[in-house]
Amino acid sequence: MSNPPNTMAAPQRGTGFWKENLREYGMMISLVAIVVFFYFTTDGVILKPLNLTNIILQNSYIVIMALGMLMVIVTGHIDLSVGSVAGFIGAVAAMLMVQYDVHFVIAAILCLVLGGVIGAIQGFWVAYFKIPSFIVTLAGMLVFRGLMIAVLSGRSIGPFDPTFQKLSSGYIPEMVSSANGIYVTSLVLGLGLAVLLVWQNFKSRARRISHDVETEPFGFFLVKNLVIFAIIGYLAYLIASHRGMPNVLIIMALLIAAYAFFTNRTIFGRQIYAVGGNEKAAALSGIKTARLTFFTFVNMGVLAALAGLVFAARLNTATPKAGLGFELDVIAACFIGGASAYGGVGKVTGAVIGAFIMGVMNNGMSILGIGIDYQQVIKGLVLLGAVCVDVYNQRR
Amino acid sequence: MLAPVVSADRPPILEMRGISKSFGAVKALSDVSFTVREGEIHALVGENGAGKSTLMKVLSGVYPHGSYEGSILFDGHERQFRDINDSEALGIIIIHQELALIPLMSIAENIFLSNPPSRFGIIDRSAVHERTKALLAKVGLSEAPDTLITNMGVGKQQLVEIAKALSKDVRLLILDEPTASLNEKDSAALLELLKEFREQGITSILISHKLNEISAVADRITVLRDGRTVGTLDCHDGVVEEDEIIRRMVDRDLESRYPTREPKIGELIFEVANWSVYHPQHSERQVVKKVSMQVRAGEVVGISGLMGAGRTEFAMSVFGRSWGRNITGTVRIRGQEVDLSDVHKAIKAGLAYVTEDRKQLGLILPEDIRKNISLAHLGGVSTRAVIDDIREMKVAQEFRNRMRIRSHNVYQETGKLSGGNQQKVVLSKWLFTGPDVLILDEPTRGIDVGAKYEIYSIINELADAGKAVIVISSEMPELIGICDRIMVMHEGDFVGEVAGEEATQENIMRAIMRRKERDQ
Repeated sequence: MSNPPNTMAAPQRGTGFWKENLREYGMMISLVAIVVFFYFTTDGVILKPLNLTNIILQNSYIVIMALGMLMVIVTGHIDLSVGSVAGFIGAVAAMLMVQYDVHFVIAAILCLVLGGVIGAIQGFWVAYFKIPSFIVTLAGMLVFRGLMIAVLSGRSIGPFDPTFQKLSSGYIPEMVSSANGIYVTSLVLGLGLAVLLVWQNFKSRARRISHDVETEPFGFFLVKNLVIFAIIGYLAYLIASHRGMPNVLIIMALLIAAYAFFTNRTIFGRQIYAVGGNEKAAALSGIKTARLTFFTFVNMGVLAALAGLVFAARLNTATPKAGLGFELDVIAACFIGGASAYGGVGKVTGAVIGAFIMGVMNNGMSILGIGIDYQQVIKGLVLLGAVCVDVYNQRR
Repeated sequence: MLAPVVSADRPPILEMRGISKSFGAVKALSDVSFTVREGEIHALVGENGAGKSTLMKVLSGVYPHGSYEGSILFDGHERQFRDINDSEALGIIIIHQELALIPLMSIAENIFLSNPPSRFGIIDRSAVHERTKALLAKVGLSEAPDTLITNMGVGKQQLVEIAKALSKDVRLLILDEPTASLNEKDSAALLELLKEFREQGITSILISHKLNEISAVADRITVLRDGRTVGTLDCHDGVVEEDEIIRRMVDRDLESRYPTREPKIGELIFEVANWSVYHPQHSERQVVKKVSMQVRAGEVVGISGLMGAGRTEFAMSVFGRSWGRNITGTVRIRGQEVDLSDVHKAIKAGLAYVTEDRKQLGLILPEDIRKNISLAHLGGVSTRAVIDDIREMKVAQEFRNRMRIRSHNVYQETGKLSGGNQQKVVLSKWLFTGPDVLILDEPTRGIDVGAKYEIYSIINELADAGKAVIVISSEMPELIGICDRIMVMHEGDFVGEVAGEEATQENIMRAIMRRKERDQ
């Protein structure tokens, strides 16, 4: 019997690092390739500052919900009700603010709490009564769409308080007077973010090296960071030359960072993956599986509520059609982003990239004048293709 | 030994010549030759990864002709199977370790799943019923043909699989670890059946890790090691010693199959008193009946019993009430009564439970070694709920070295490890929680001989480190080999206790039988 080679001394060779990250690089490269494709086919319109800002605004609520949906999918469940819940919350917000003149801060807080309660009710049936989430949330989808129409009595309600509208249509205030049409604060903020990301990468690499852990080759690492810096810097420049950063972009960025950290690095996040990977084994390892599942649904409800508020603020009105079909875009974003339908696999960053792949394609195809009919066909095929590639890679 | 039914000059039914098969750079089989004579029971043995399953997949056409080198002769003619249908058409039937029955269908529906007797495309129900009955009689089952598979025990399900094979005019029956999940009684019945088939002229290939079974029924034994044939032993040339088989399998002498240990038994650590458990669905059924047990530091206590005796149910109900309902009784650890109302509390109280089903209940298979090891004690690699990935990796590497887990690195998916290495990962997970009391449920099931020895050594180390170790096993020789004391469980009650040095299979069985007689 041979001893395994002593691995404490030498850095480990092999698949670990690459396997963890290759998938994400692949996703990133696909997104860039899609953007480049549309850049040439639309004569650069897609990266015009105005259009870029629009892409962000149009997809913000999908991205926000994808963060919660990813966690639901990782635990091995699904939430079909998020579109209806988002629409319902928008309607409740309109009712409170427009009809009852509730201050928008209080109304928004009430709405988020209500979203949490809705998530809790659905999560209760899924987690503690073991009713398949597909059925519970399908019921939720019908119930909350119906309630929304009831709240609105079939009409649209609006407009909102101008301050509330700023949630979606506002931009961060400019500290310095803008020079040559460039919003300096936004540019500085964007570059700051790029520096921060690159600095973080260097720090974690240094730490890995000091502990003899396998890392990527330095050349690759350098190029990767240069690319990250260049892309973020360029996007920040484009955004800064329109009207600066939209408020919702800041909210989104903070949420993405928080959820990425939460799922990757905390005990709680790790346990969610374990529950999705093998619920029984997780339970026998002392993980409170039902409680975790319950929590992911509560969280999903809150994020759906936030998305509903953002969407209502963007339209400046609550309509009975709000949120229709959102759940499909959100779920598609997660699966395109590499989440597994069997649970246990998927990353927050992947879901965000998936959402933007969908968003950029929507936008690019609209600019190209492709009808809504064939847009659907193409999006469907991209979803199928992305999952096929994933399954194929898993099998190899 | 039985009178030889098979004479040496019987013609071979199957000859596999010079079979080689590679997966990428890995050579799974190199130049394997394997000959089976008509009407014999031929055992195929070897450690996990020796190439037994690969060889059988080549034979059955799972790996089609052209994907391997070498030739297959069946009935003296060269065969080139394209898929499993080709081999089945000739009567070569494989029964896999994981049964391929559909739980919510009846016995009859399962047996005639692919080719039900029919008239004008409509299934002839009465013919199905009659033929199923006849087939069940052949394998000694008296169940009604419309019994659902899910309502039968594993042992009977195995017999249904065999009946299904018989429905296809089997000539060569291949059984992959048929007794792995059966108790002693069902195993014995199955082996008897194989002998009956031999009388009827059906040839069998038996893949098994249980050497006592092999020496009980096999006519010849072929040993594979590292993808090569080591040799074929003829059981009619005199008695084949189990140790002889093992030596050929692992290419080394095991002085003993069980490492020795000087027990250093200390203070009383673990005490269960009046423990009762009821069935979660049938609430009137008491599965564990007011049992008590005590285990001291440095002591290895075995729990023996037939399948269904309530051993796993007892262990799982103690471990955070993971099984059963209306659980009553007390548990003391080092004299203190402990609250074990959920798994989390049980772990905190110093308990660890290694499940009998490591794939379904023990591991997160898609995740790597590192994440599996830290799972039950994430607090040990974290600061304020944030996981320190470097610390986690070092912990994993330490266990990988200490337990000799064979893998490329700690980032390898546990689903891709062999059974023995998977079990070492599960053990690592529980050792990392720093338990005082370890309950190991069938710790060596489906593991090859070499890895078993390593697991036994780990158990000894744990006992020497002053832990209380409880081992549940269906293999009596194993319990006799490693335990200081063996408790015998029967129908939810402890019916006997045997000191390790006095334990024999006979007196364990006697304890069970005595109770059975008393009950009757």
